[in-house]
Amino acid sequence: MSLPPWLKTTALTLGSIAVTMLGLLFITFIIGRVMPIDPVLAIVGERAAQSTYDAVYLELGLDKPLIVQFGYYIWDVIRLDFGTSLLNARPVSEDIARVFPATLELATLGITIGIVLGVPLGVLAAVRKGSWIDQIARVVALVGYSMPIFWLGLMGLLIFYGILGWVGGPGRVGIFYVDVVPSVTGLILVDAILDRNWDVFKDAFSHIILPAALLGYYSLAYISRMTRSFMLEQLSAEYVTTARVKGMSEWDVIWKHAFKNIRVQLITVIALSYANLLEGSVLTEIIFSWPGIGSYITTALLSADMNAVLGGTVVVGLIFILLNIFSDLLYKVFDPRAR
Amino acid sequence: MAETQSLRAWLLTDTPTSRRHAKLSALYQGWLTFRSNTMAMIGLGILVLLVLVAAAAPLLSPHDPFVQNLGNRLAPLGSEGHLLGTDSLGRDILSRLIYGARITLYIVALVALIAPVAGLLVGTVSGYAGGWIDIVLMRITDIFLAFPRLVLALAFVAALGAGIENAVLAISLTAWPPYARIARAETLTIRSSDYIAAIRLQGAGALRIITRHIWPLCISSLIVRVTLDMAGIILAAAGLGFLGLGAQPPSPEWGAMISEGRRFILDHWWVATMPGLAIFTVSLAFNLLGDGLRDVLDPKAGE
Repeated sequence: MSLPPWLKTTALTLGSIAVTMLGLLFITFIIGRVMPIDPVLAIVGERAAQSTYDAVYLELGLDKPLIVQFGYYIWDVIRLDFGTSLLNARPVSEDIARVFPATLELATLGITIGIVLGVPLGVLAAVRKGSWIDQIARVVALVGYSMPIFWLGLMGLLIFYGILGWVGGPGRVGIFYVDVVPSVTGLILVDAILDRNWDVFKDAFSHIILPAALLGYYSLAYISRMTRSFMLEQLSAEYVTTARVKGMSEWDVIWKHAFKNIRVQLITVIALSYANLLEGSVLTEIIFSWPGIGSYITTALLSADMNAVLGGTVVVGLIFILLNIFSDLLYKVFDPRAR
Repeated sequence: MAETQSLRAWLLTDTPTSRRHAKLSALYQGWLTFRSNTMAMIGLGILVLLVLVAAAAPLLSPHDPFVQNLGNRLAPLGSEGHLLGTDSLGRDILSRLIYGARITLYIVALVALIAPVAGLLVGTVSGYAGGWIDIVLMRITDIFLAFPRLVLALAFVAALGAGIENAVLAISLTAWPPYARIARAETLTIRSSDYIAAIRLQGAGALRIITRHIWPLCISSLIVRVTLDMAGIILAAAGLGFLGLGAQPPSPEWGAMISEGRRFILDHWWVATMPGLAIFTVSLAFNLLGDGLRDVLDPKAGE
């Protein structure tokens, strides 16, 4: 009596997701334990009585064996309880829920720019291999791989904000527009549309466009290179020659045949670079004073607020892992060759 | 002239007379292929220059990189005695860039030593041993691969404390998994080949087979990968420096210099711009070199 193959695959996948997540939690747990900061002292303060100290020590379960503490930790994370922030004494999970939409909005706009420009650029570079457009695509990607993102962001601010004045400066909106529209989704562009407040929308757009373009450029570098190599592989296949010999127009050969066959691979690449953007936005957020999760983690880090750092790391890590798995699954579901 | 001619002929011969001869000949032919790649040669040139500059830093730099001169702070480009201007404490930016080359090389060299060696160890052991060792090691590798690298490095630095060595450690901890994957894949193909079976019949143990026969064959694909990753390592180190988690002031680390110049970006743009250009140039050079090396050592992987 053997299991049906799909059930086995599902069980294996779920198992590997669970193991990976456990690994992530284990590492953050270890980091939290080797940290040179005494978690009890951080809560009770230096001048607390020994009895208070001991009470908190027991309350945190620090007298238990490490493995039991790890169990508590997993239980806490499952309930989305990352402890309280030492800076503002609010639950870390609330803080993360507040800052996350800003990162999501930025990364989503960034990946959109990357897809809209990167995919056609990659296809063109493959179709006109060796031409000037291929060379341009190569240079664009090479520069993207070599440029420090925080420096490019600074240069962008200097040129487009400082000198030309085309875009809004750091932050999500100008000072006069803060909290003007009610926060429904937390995505300020969407909130402004829901509220039909076009002034806020324009201002928010002028603030987000530069950091989003920056992130878009980085994903474009990767997406265009991958698109190019996928397309080259398809264009050298025999069915393309057959289609051409049949007299099919070049447009149809490229878009109806070759491109259709790379869609799954492409979505995988896009999911991966989206995951990278969510994390890569750390430096971008710092440069543009963007109140997202990257800024949150870094600020917490510099003020030794460990609950916030670890909570933020776990959330980013989990999203990253989920996107990775999602792209993997997509590949398996839609590409019959991978089954 | 005749001597060089004969050396060339000796190197290009079809019938090598010894093992060393064959190796040198292969090396020379690889170099010829590499040399024909202009971009890769430019990359190599920039890196050689970087090493020379770092080695001769005390001779080349016009000023002491740490000496402050508050009377001459934020001097613009091309001001007298300060070709690239001065920073907010009146320190000469050019001298700081020159000394910063040492720090960049130091970081790159350390990571390039730690991460691939760790990956090589894990990968070859995993591939050679097989069975549950393989499963466990590869699972751990996958777990590390699935992590967001920069955020993980941030958390590591948070635990270990800020500083160059800890930044190197944090970057290495997040950089080794791809090397383990590559080394394992190579090991799997090598392991089942006939000559390994022959060596085993001669009585060689696992340790000898791995260190003497499998490692040498994994090296070339690892070198390519390391060179291609170098740019990423430089960017990551600069990023940590920029966040204040890598090299600490007054160290002239390029990322930290950008971070310092950031405050004056709108009025005194050169303070942050110059170190950024330096980082860009070096990581571009590594990317160019890596592309060229890949074409020579691993032609299949090219496009």
